Amino acid sequence: MKEKFDVIVVGAGPAGNAAAYVAAKGGLSVLQIERGEYPGSKNVQGAILYSDALEKIIPDFRDEAPLERHIIEQRQWVLNDDSFIGAHFRSDAFNKGPANRYTIIRAQFDKWFASKVREAGALQICETTVQHLIKDGEQVVGVQCDREHGDVYADVVILADGVNSVLARKAGFHGEIEAQNVALAVKEILFMPEEVIQERFNIGENEGVVIEMLGTITDGLMGTGFLYTNKESLTIGVGCMLSDFKASEKRTSPYVMLEKMKQHPSIAPLIAGGEMKEYCAHLIPEGGYRAVPKVAGNGWMIVGDSGGFVNAMHREGSNLAMTTGRMAAELVIEAKAAGRQMTEATLKEYTRRLKDSFVMKDLHKYRNMPGIFHHNKQFFTEYPDLLTGAARHMLTVDGVDKKTKEKQVMSSFRKTRTLPGLFGDAFKVWRSVR
Amino acid sequence: MNAPVVNVEEKLYQNRYRVDHGRPHIQIKNPQHCQTECKSQACTFVCPASCYKAEGNGAVTLITDGCLECGSCRIICTDNVQWEYPRGGHGILFKFG
Repeated sequence: MKEKFDVIVVGAGPAGNAAAYVAAKGGLSVLQIERGEYPGSKNVQGAILYSDALEKIIPDFRDEAPLERHIIEQRQWVLNDDSFIGAHFRSDAFNKGPANRYTIIRAQFDKWFASKVREAGALQICETTVQHLIKDGEQVVGVQCDREHGDVYADVVILADGVNSVLARKAGFHGEIEAQNVALAVKEILFMPEEVIQERFNIGENEGVVIEMLGTITDGLMGTGFLYTNKESLTIGVGCMLSDFKASEKRTSPYVMLEKMKQHPSIAPLIAGGEMKEYCAHLIPEGGYRAVPKVAGNGWMIVGDSGGFVNAMHREGSNLAMTTGRMAAELVIEAKAAGRQMTEATLKEYTRRLKDSFVMKDLHKYRNMPGIFHHNKQFFTEYPDLLTGAARHMLTVDGVDKKTKEKQVMSSFRKTRTLPGLFGDAFKVWRSVR
Repeated sequence: MNAPVVNVEEKLYQNRYRVDHGRPHIQIKNPQHCQTECKSQACTFVCPASCYKAEGNGAVTLITDGCLECGSCRIICTDNVQWEYPRGGHGILFKFG
């Protein structure tokens, strides 16, 4: 007898867990398949958890979920080789009421989320890689796993198999990912006593800081760095567009970039003494709106990174993953109740609902952003030097009058970027974020 | 600032793996192609686990034991990399992720 479920969910990251949890809670028979030893063991993120998306799925998640620190301070740094210039925002309002975002450690968080999926009634099997989708004509009817008698069937398969989106590609739903649409990020986790973290970052117990960085740390490539405070560890990483790594004239390796960033005089004191316990690498789908493939068809839907649902501009991904997972599952529950077949005609409603949600609205808003930064590397090379140079010049008291100093600063900008260049850059950024 | 010398093996040593011995999940389809056709050999510096090594004779060799399963090599080398995820339960096992 063929084993058949209402829904098969491939993957146990935020998108897959959200989909499987909502579907199981909605009374459907759910099989979730994960290739790792346990849910989370293949998953990598910075990682920031945005509460809202999870609250809509598990309202009281704060009672149980393994959370590290809630964020009370955000630092945006532009760095050249020996300086940074930054904007910081810190507010005690972030200490009042349920927090909006937390640092998390994904292997632990995903394990917890997946345990909620099992509690909700889904069948979860790990250590199993799905190799192919099984089709009957145009209709996806199940999946083929890498174990004996590994064919399992369902009315609908939700693909939450991550950024590489292997299954949809093999099935011909979309082509290979383009190197200009993904960032390659590497990171390390550095352990140190929590009191040390609290002193260095000027925070109390459970309070956290996020530092987002841009500048010469990425060696002229389009990318950003980050440093997050966990309970008793720091996460530090850097990511650049894969196409830029590939074309890098200096042949910069990601781990060399990370090591150089760790040695930056503004960063080194913050991480000093940290004991490195893991080194990770992962791709982030940063192609935005234009890179989102077709995400619903006959018997299948794509959720999370697999569908390219990442708002790179705002460093949001896991919340889009959970939201798309939830919405896909909700549609299946409704369609099932209405006795409808899981054909493309039924499931394309998922695409329509995504358009009405913050997911596609935000991606649409920043649709031109990737292109602008791809073609204007000055934002990662010249501006960091200009900005930090200007600040240093203005803050050095040396007998030169301020008016002259201002003129010198302006002329350094004009010389490097020219006046039309400066206005052009400002216009490009304005147009892409408005 | 000069580029620091990084021993990526030391980093990978901190990670947990269950290697599927004798069944590499990534293979170079045509090694000759790397040696004679590919000028950039970008895999040898882009791979974050340094699985691809440029050899003195111009060849590229691949050892997947330290692979972090990011997928970069497949995307930057669409023609010559045969890429699958490892069998279930094998490969990198992130402790923290």
